[in-house]
Amino acid sequence: MGLLALFRRSQPTANVAKERLRIIVAQERTARGGPDYMPTLRRELLEVIRKYINVDPDAVQMNLEREDGQEVLEFTVALPERKKV
Amino acid sequence: MTEIIVVTSGKGGVGKTTTSASVACGLARRGKRVAVIDFDIGLRNLDLIMGCERRVVYDFVNVIQGDCTLKQALIKDKRLETLFVLAASQTRDKDALSMEGVRKVFDELIAEGFEYIICDSPAGIEKGAHLAMYYADRAIVVVNPEVSSVRDSDRILGLLSSKTQRAEKGEEKVKEHLLLTRYSPRRVAAGEMMSVADVKDILGLDVVGVVPESPDVLSASNAGTPVILNDESDVSKAYEDAVARLLGETVPLRFVDEPKKGFLARMFGG
Repeated sequence: MGLLALFRRSQPTANVAKERLRIIVAQERTARGGPDYMPTLRRELLEVIRKYINVDPDAVQMNLEREDGQEVLEFTVALPERKKV
Repeated sequence: MTEIIVVTSGKGGVGKTTTSASVACGLARRGKRVAVIDFDIGLRNLDLIMGCERRVVYDFVNVIQGDCTLKQALIKDKRLETLFVLAASQTRDKDALSMEGVRKVFDELIAEGFEYIICDSPAGIEKGAHLAMYYADRAIVVVNPEVSSVRDSDRILGLLSSKTQRAEKGEEKVKEHLLLTRYSPRRVAAGEMMSVADVKDILGLDVVGVVPESPDVLSASNAGTPVILNDESDVSKAYEDAVARLLGETVPLRFVDEPKKGFLARMFGG
């Protein structure tokens, strides 16, 4: 171990882990409870949107929520910031 | 009344067998009649952790296939009067276990007056893991405070709520408990490791135990003595607490905060 290692603190990454898990777990739970077509629907909707706007795959969130016997499909797209010309 | 408890995790190497062995011993120490069963067909290991590997004559699959009686296959623990081990088979045939076969063995254990059946699940989400959880009343989900382990546990929670007998019959759902292993309070304090609260928050489970990272776990498996029996160890105390909570006692969490160090210890890393 070099002398420098004594001064180097390892990165506090626990919060990053927590945030990443929170998102992926929520997404996977939605897919789990929901109908089988959800992943395909998500992919196809993304393709359509990308014909017009250049968005990242992770800028798209899909949620299926059940409330009082009603199902609500929520589809959120974070648009990229508009570049100033 | 017999309670069937599955020890599961999804991910491998997080401490399922260590936990199964220690929880089984902890319950037996309190005088409960306990059978602990290895469901990892093809990769038998519970026998090693329990220290009875040389006494395995018949195994789980032998009982199911009628090669022997259940009594012949149950290995009586040499340390605890009321504890019995049923070893996994080393056969490569994964279909050797069947739903009806497992049910038959459980029914016989129940008739024999066992109070707890601990099912040590294999890793993964395939047949062995499915059978280990199918008849469970409760599940201990073993998790390391690490991203892949937490994610896999969540998949297991999904299976517990859909692919078990209780789920299929629409009965009261399987009681799920979170058991964190390899926990390092020092690293949590430094922000390098997710805390109990973080994992609890993500998975939405009640915490039945937090087992600190410790060299005692390896020593115990080297020796074939379940780590809970090493009374000096913090790991043993943590498992004893977990067993108490399983039995409905209220016990505060220990070994979750960084021990306060003196000036010298801090200087020299004691």
